[in-house]
Amino acid sequence: MLGKLSWDAIPFDQPIPLIAAAVVMAILLGILGWIIAKGWAPYLWKEWITSVDHKHIGIMYVLLGLVMLLRGFIDAIMMRSQQALAFHAQGYLPPEHYDQIFSAHGTIMILFGAMPLVIGIMNFVVPLQLGSRDVAFPTLNSVSFWLTATGALLVNVSLVVGEFSRVGWLPYPPLSELRYSPGVGVDYYLWSVQISGIGTLLTGINFVTTILKIRAPGMTYLRMPMFCWTALASCLLIIAAFPVLTASLAMLTLDRYLGFHFFTNEAGGNAMMFVNLIWAWGHPEVYILVLPAFGIYSEVISTFSGKPLFGYRSMVAATLFICIVSFCVWLHHFFTMGAGGDVNAVFGIATSIIAVGTGVKMYNWLFTMYGGRIRFAAPMLWSIGFMTTFITGGMTGVLLAVPPADFLLHNSLFLVAHFHHVIVGGVIFAVMAALVYWWPKAFGFRLHEGWGKAAFWFALAGFYVTFVPLYVVGILGMTRRLQHYDVSQWRPWILVSGFGVLILIGGAICQAIQLVVSISRRAELRDFTGDPWDGRTLEWATPSPPPAFNFPVLPQVQGAEAYWDVKRRAREAHLLGKEPEYEAIEMPRNSPTGFVCAFFATLIGFALIWHIWWLMIVGLIGAYVTFVVFAWRDVPEYIIPADEVARIERANRAVRQEALASAAAT
Amino acid sequence: MKSRDSWRTWVWRVTAQCACALLLTTSATQADSILAPVGPVGAGDRIIFFDALVIMLAIVIPTMVATLAFAWWYRASNTRAVYRPDFTYSGRIELVTWSIPTLVIFFLGGVIWIGSHRLDPFQPLPSKAKPLEIEAISFDWKWLFIYPEQQIASVNRLVIPVGRPLHLRITSASVFNAFFVPRLGSMIYAMNGMVSQLNLEADKPGTYLGLSAQFSGDGFPDMKFDSVAIPAQQFASWTTGVKGAPLDRAAVSALLKQSRAVAPYTYRGIDASLFDAIASRRLGPGEGPVSGRGGPGTQNVLPHGDAP
Repeated sequence: MLGKLSWDAIPFDQPIPLIAAAVVMAILLGILGWIIAKGWAPYLWKEWITSVDHKHIGIMYVLLGLVMLLRGFIDAIMMRSQQALAFHAQGYLPPEHYDQIFSAHGTIMILFGAMPLVIGIMNFVVPLQLGSRDVAFPTLNSVSFWLTATGALLVNVSLVVGEFSRVGWLPYPPLSELRYSPGVGVDYYLWSVQISGIGTLLTGINFVTTILKIRAPGMTYLRMPMFCWTALASCLLIIAAFPVLTASLAMLTLDRYLGFHFFTNEAGGNAMMFVNLIWAWGHPEVYILVLPAFGIYSEVISTFSGKPLFGYRSMVAATLFICIVSFCVWLHHFFTMGAGGDVNAVFGIATSIIAVGTGVKMYNWLFTMYGGRIRFAAPMLWSIGFMTTFITGGMTGVLLAVPPADFLLHNSLFLVAHFHHVIVGGVIFAVMAALVYWWPKAFGFRLHEGWGKAAFWFALAGFYVTFVPLYVVGILGMTRRLQHYDVSQWRPWILVSGFGVLILIGGAICQAIQLVVSISRRAELRDFTGDPWDGRTLEWATPSPPPAFNFPVLPQVQGAEAYWDVKRRAREAHLLGKEPEYEAIEMPRNSPTGFVCAFFATLIGFALIWHIWWLMIVGLIGAYVTFVVFAWRDVPEYIIPADEVARIERANRAVRQEALASAAAT
Repeated sequence: MKSRDSWRTWVWRVTAQCACALLLTTSATQADSILAPVGPVGAGDRIIFFDALVIMLAIVIPTMVATLAFAWWYRASNTRAVYRPDFTYSGRIELVTWSIPTLVIFFLGGVIWIGSHRLDPFQPLPSKAKPLEIEAISFDWKWLFIYPEQQIASVNRLVIPVGRPLHLRITSASVFNAFFVPRLGSMIYAMNGMVSQLNLEADKPGTYLGLSAQFSGDGFPDMKFDSVAIPAQQFASWTTGVKGAPLDRAAVSALLKQSRAVAPYTYRGIDASLFDAIASRRLGPGEGPVSGRGGPGTQNVLPHGDAP
């Protein structure tokens, strides 16, 4: 009846996951109870859960990403503290638990932390910057989000029901095959990544279509903001790379479920093929994350330097260059498998060629600052922190791309330090910058400046104190994923690194305080004009938060910096442009399709993990019925009357006119 | 940390250890640092490492300085800085920004090409002495080193002669591992169904840390071994003095069972076909966990220090 599921699956003998799960459940139930008691449940259902508005979906993605970032960070704290204790000792985490933690940390941070954050920011920003009203396929967008949430949910369910994968964030066979990993851990990994992977692929298709097809009149390709270009490149990579992930995990699934022999030790399986395939996805994945991050920095540095982006066309070229070359480098993840001098050299050189694209970007940001008037708001601090941090992170990456150096450093903590260097210093710093930068647009009030800056300085210091010692122990020969060790020279560096994590915790606390303080003081931090940073792109033309339709009349774009041009003309004339004729706007109706689909996807995933075949069939039928109901819907859109559009936009124009007048007076 | 120690002594001891070890490692000659190689391969790898590092630092440091300098000089409050809001394109600067990284990568590309050919792990070392043949097999979770010419084998302890090249053939009897002695140099994967090769040499006598550099499951932290380099004569007498049971198929099937933290021991008398039988999958693979792991309730618990 319940397949492999029994009471044995609950780790009654392990207090850590049980207590963690109990706390999480208590918090969730508390929030749920509070929402119901306050009578917010209908609002939540109508405006958020069933929403197909790209802005709401974006915000939900970011929220999911932040929660999972916290979960991954807790895993990191456990790993660092375990290694701080496990010198000539077993520490407090036995191997079977420790192995789950580092596997979960990697999986969560990349696929359920960084990806939702980056995709969430794309969701919120791209349609606004393009001057459009929504993405190409709004309901599909909701499906994408909820499938990602399903994956995240399954990963967290594994904490208390069964176990998570113990084989690392990429399930290298033969270790991940049934013979060596007979438990459900790898199955949890496979199905959560597969289900959320479908969501990500749909997002990629959605955004490529949006960017190619739904832009404001006059928004030619070479007038698109840099962030849209990087989002386009990232989504092209998603479309090209995620099917590879799906296929390679599907083959491993066939091995585990139906006794195939793609990657087994028996019957002629070849595990190396999996390693090739997974990195053919895995390396582009890094650029899927970091390209939009580059886009964020481009927007932030240009805005806070009070200048257009320097060398825009060069930046576009560099982005597309990275997009293509990132597909030709995957072998550098396993130089040490012995491919031979020619192959290793070709992939090593290809890898270092990517640094040309990144180097060009670095110099263009530098020259964007040159001749600027730089305001050191929190997003700009994160960006300068990134520029100085990422360049050395990139350097250690190229160092690892040199095969003889990699022969010494492969899989060492030097490698771990390198990829945290570029992902924390590149992607996470960007996300933090984006959070402060676009927060007023999303919620109508700015974040508290002081706590934001404190969070930055803690994060920067914590980052260096945590990861520089890991470079050193890597050079001292320490490999990753060690549950215990007895080399005394490694110990002090591990302890220093653990101290760095304490500083990072300080940063996380500052971030949390920043949110609490800002929300409670939102009245005094309110953004009346909709343009708090003196922005240059179209999202700042809308009120904060933007109405459902974004733009009352689609903007006519006449130059590379759509909003800046309009603003400059208005400033010179001390007058806004002529008021347009408002018309009624058709917008897509909200739909529970995404949520219901994800509900059934959760059932399917859970059933497959525990071999509960009837439940899987129920889930499949439910998902298909949901699709049919959606396909046969009668009224896909609703109308916002012209009066309503005019009312909202006139209020926006009034505050902007007032701001112009007061600027003229001073 | 032992329970009888008080918190304060523990903190004191750890601080003292840290201070000592930090001093030691900064000298970079102690420890298992890859920057303190004891053989030509490690030394070659290290040269390439430093070359690449210096080439890149030559542009990384100026760029970092320029970033901080530009950011500071062009701060909004600096009235002496000239505001040039329309400075958005300069052909000359573009030329420089594309050519500096390109030239550096050209240079580095040469280093990569030469380095990966000269230091290809499969390539024999230039030496007049005939290399010592060693067959290394990774099991769950221990290393077996077979000396086919000497008819001996050793578990979790690699004894090598100083000054004579080693030719290792490496495979795995279960999952992936990577053979790595940091101070000797290059690592390489051990993979079931495949034979990788590694050529190394030790210049100095000593005991060096050896480990697996690829995660291989719950017993992975104990996949480490002492790599003992001794003078050639001593090595010869060691090989003749080695005692132990013969390494035959029965012994291999005991090794195929999972065990952790196995104390070193030796075999004398080798079935010469064993390595190839494992590499070509006629023998094995490793058995995997003893019991199923449906959930945390059914963990496989293995005895430590398990030896036949």
